[in-house]
Amino acid sequence: MASLSLDGLSRRFGNVTALSDVTLRVDDGEFCVLLGPSGCGKSTLLQIVAGLDRQDKGSVLLDGKVVDELPPRERDVAMVFQSYALYPHMTVSQNLGFGLRMRGIAEEQIQHKVQETARLLGIEHLLARKPRQLSGGQRQRVAMGRALVRRPRLFLLDEPLSNLDAQLRINVRLELKRLHTQINTTILYVTHDQVEAMTLGDKVVVMREGRVRQIGTPEMIYDQPADTFVATFVGSPMMNLFEGKVIREGKYLRFRCNDFSVDVRNLPKDLVGKTVEIGARPEDIEFGRNGKSNLRARVEMLSNAGAEKYVHARLGENTITVKASKDATYNAGEMTSLFIDPDKLHVFYEGKRI
Amino acid sequence: MKKGSLENGALVVGVLMAIVFSLVPFLLFVSSAFKTQTEVTAIPPQLWPSFDVDFFRSAIVRYDILGYLVNSIVVAGATTAVTILLGTLAGYALARLPRPWAHFSLMLILACAMFPQIAIVGPVWRLLRWLGWLNTYQGLVLPYVALTLPLTVWILALFFRELPEELEAAALVDGCSRIEALVKVIVPLSAPGLFTAAILTFIYAWNEFFLALLIVTDPARQTMPVGIALFQGEHTVPWGEIAAASLITTAPLVVMVLLFQQRIVTGLSAGAIKG
Repeated sequence: MASLSLDGLSRRFGNVTALSDVTLRVDDGEFCVLLGPSGCGKSTLLQIVAGLDRQDKGSVLLDGKVVDELPPRERDVAMVFQSYALYPHMTVSQNLGFGLRMRGIAEEQIQHKVQETARLLGIEHLLARKPRQLSGGQRQRVAMGRALVRRPRLFLLDEPLSNLDAQLRINVRLELKRLHTQINTTILYVTHDQVEAMTLGDKVVVMREGRVRQIGTPEMIYDQPADTFVATFVGSPMMNLFEGKVIREGKYLRFRCNDFSVDVRNLPKDLVGKTVEIGARPEDIEFGRNGKSNLRARVEMLSNAGAEKYVHARLGENTITVKASKDATYNAGEMTSLFIDPDKLHVFYEGKRI
Repeated sequence: MKKGSLENGALVVGVLMAIVFSLVPFLLFVSSAFKTQTEVTAIPPQLWPSFDVDFFRSAIVRYDILGYLVNSIVVAGATTAVTILLGTLAGYALARLPRPWAHFSLMLILACAMFPQIAIVGPVWRLLRWLGWLNTYQGLVLPYVALTLPLTVWILALFFRELPEELEAAALVDGCSRIEALVKVIVPLSAPGLFTAAILTFIYAWNEFFLALLIVTDPARQTMPVGIALFQGEHTVPWGEIAAASLITTAPLVVMVLLFQQRIVTGLSAGAIKG
């Protein structure tokens, strides 16, 4: 187990900037998730930490020691690949033991550790098989096992669940979380799936175009997104964003766009007259009751998510998504009153959170 | 069935013709090898031999065909070993080099394979004389490696390229050096490609005549093709012994190709379809 620090990492491929000045710290035993759309540099980051790729600038530190000059095998990290990358010509048992064998550990001990790991993952009955005789889920477990068996200082997981079907993904996700509490190791996990990031991570790092946009707990990322990218990338259905101007109305400030206006609080006075964006999550908008309403919209359609429904409505040129109860009934074309709670508004000026 | 039967018939005829064309000379010398001296020269030619082994005995005893066979095995074996070793290293490097560079290098290598033998034989001979390698095994192995390497590198580079890079990454993280990753993960997975390259190289070195004739003049170091060509009778051409020796030369290759048929087919078609 170890802590990991990345200090100003940059990496370019020709004209493409894959990473730009990434600084990050993962504490000992922490589950850190790198979240971002494909092509945001998160996989490159993982490769650099593993020693499979070399950064142009910056340093990787394991337990406070710079490891930039060390080849992968001397870094004592393990990696689970998106394709699993199991050795097709070896049995499961040989796959699991390969890393130990390469490190010259006694055969007896290897067998013991392989058995122990197989038991932990419930793959004991598969030890004699070749990877091609395994299902997707089983391969995924073997890939996890191959990383686990060595008890490395740091685990790197590159989208390990993306090749599993939906149901299996949820199960393995829970299992992974349990495994982490059980063995309490440091994990750096890459995904583009925000649900994975939110459920697994102690810490979530949101990246875009090679830059870190926000680092924080899942709660912080969700409740206080640092910018409009994080705000819309995390959360499903995504946050409603509206562009408009801040105006002064007596003592108070209000946000006004073409279709509605709403009170905004705790804004610096110098934003008056400026164009800003406000964001409201679907669950932070209520259906107007007892005259408590600040905008009216025309229902366009209803989408059913099972445990709840979402109403998609039109407000002039904007659409707005509002969470409704499971048994809500709305007809397309119907007008409805909505209430955006000013206390739950997110305000962004030039893309950044105010 | 009815509509396609004419086309099928044409295909069958085509295949049969190809087989007959390539097999008739082969069958003729197989038949000659098992004839007696009188049968070989009989007019009209007798097709069915009496399965006499006299020619084999004479080829071995009088013409020392086994000595040539040993030379051929040593030269073709060494050529194959060296070519595969170098080809694996070069092919791997080219498979993992950035595309434009790899493409350029592969083209250059292919261009080298296009030189007609006659163009290089002079320089090669002078080079070998300067090295003092005329009439030695290595004197044949060196040019054979040079001539078989381009195709081998080409085959292996294309084969290695099909293997996912994540496999090597996994091996590196698991504690391998680059070379260990190549030996323990890439090479075992490339068996069909290696077999194909090895057999093509072996066949080339086994059958090569022109360079062997010029470089090795000492009968003690000559290979089978040269040995057979230089068979001399006092007043006659020893057709029977030549046929027997040819059969001894060809048999190992035929057996080898039949044994590894499946692997060779896989190797030759690699890259055509994924997986």
